[in-house]
Amino acid sequence: MKKVKLVTTIMVMAFISLTTMSCKDAKKEHNNDEGHNTEMNHDNSDGHHDGKKKKMAMNGDINSQTILNDYFNLKDALVVDDNAKAKELGATLATSLGKLDISKFTDAQQSELKDIIEDATEHAEHISESPIAHQREHFKVLSKDITDMVAITGTQVKLYEQFCPMYDGGSAWLSMSKDIKNPYYGSKMLNCGKVQKEIN
Amino acid sequence: MKILKIIAIVLLVAFVGIQFIPTTRNQSEVVPKTDFMLVNDVPNDIKNKLQVSCYDCHSNNTIYPWYNKVQPVAWFLEDHIKEGKAELNFNEWDDYSNRRKNSKLKSIINQIENGEMPLWSYTLIHKNALLSTGEKELIIGYMKQIKDSLN
Repeated sequence: MKKVKLVTTIMVMAFISLTTMSCKDAKKEHNNDEGHNTEMNHDNSDGHHDGKKKKMAMNGDINSQTILNDYFNLKDALVVDDNAKAKELGATLATSLGKLDISKFTDAQQSELKDIIEDATEHAEHISESPIAHQREHFKVLSKDITDMVAITGTQVKLYEQFCPMYDGGSAWLSMSKDIKNPYYGSKMLNCGKVQKEIN
Repeated sequence: MKILKIIAIVLLVAFVGIQFIPTTRNQSEVVPKTDFMLVNDVPNDIKNKLQVSCYDCHSNNTIYPWYNKVQPVAWFLEDHIKEGKAELNFNEWDDYSNRRKNSKLKSIINQIENGEMPLWSYTLIHKNALLSTGEKELIIGYMKQIKDSLN
């Protein structure tokens, strides 16, 4: 009887350790996948993959208009309280940000843009994996990043900077339409806010 | 009974076996000039709290518990630390641009406010890493102050 007990104890111990181990492996694989993705995103950069992520980004073929479109899609998902869609679009935006072509800008502008992109990418990535309240927190800083980006890159379409004084001590966002549709509150307070500035 | 025994032995061998797989340890003697504490004039009480509650996963130097010597615990910790440092590394604070500092501070404030950090799985064992309401307010207040000085 004693023996059975001992054997069972050992088995349980070993089982726990193996399960945890396989969990860990699964996670690792997932990470690898991600790494692979980022690498692929930059495939058209300059061919070498061993440099730092920072250095690799931003030699792509995407212009700022694509980024704006991704941003607006994401904003619209938040307006309709669609967490799953916002996750998806956050990931899309993160990918596009990594491919932004900044080669035609001056050195000073390039370094500013790199900084903006790096920050924005982080927020977009968080949006791709968070519940909606978190997505909105990140969307606030993301909006600031995108606004600063537009200040450098300019925009082909007319943009409206809108502002809701109630969310987190006052928060702004960009829209292509004059009408207020609040991405921070969604259906809860869809019309809170006003146009603060027009950007051409 | 025989089959049980065989399974038990196999599992035991596996458990012993994984103990020999080496892990990378997150340890460094040097505190770089870019460290949060060196760049900012952090009051002592906050300094200690950050060191105990945050630095194990958010810096280049972890003070490991004894059970880190046992697999698969060590792997679990290694993963956590890697993720934590990717998100925020206090040792590299001054390498972040103002824009990114601002983002990091906002996240620090939010996550402490919401009780998401320090992680519950960490405070479960590291009881001294728990933040009381007063300590939370103290740290949040301080982080807000730094954030305001950036803008």
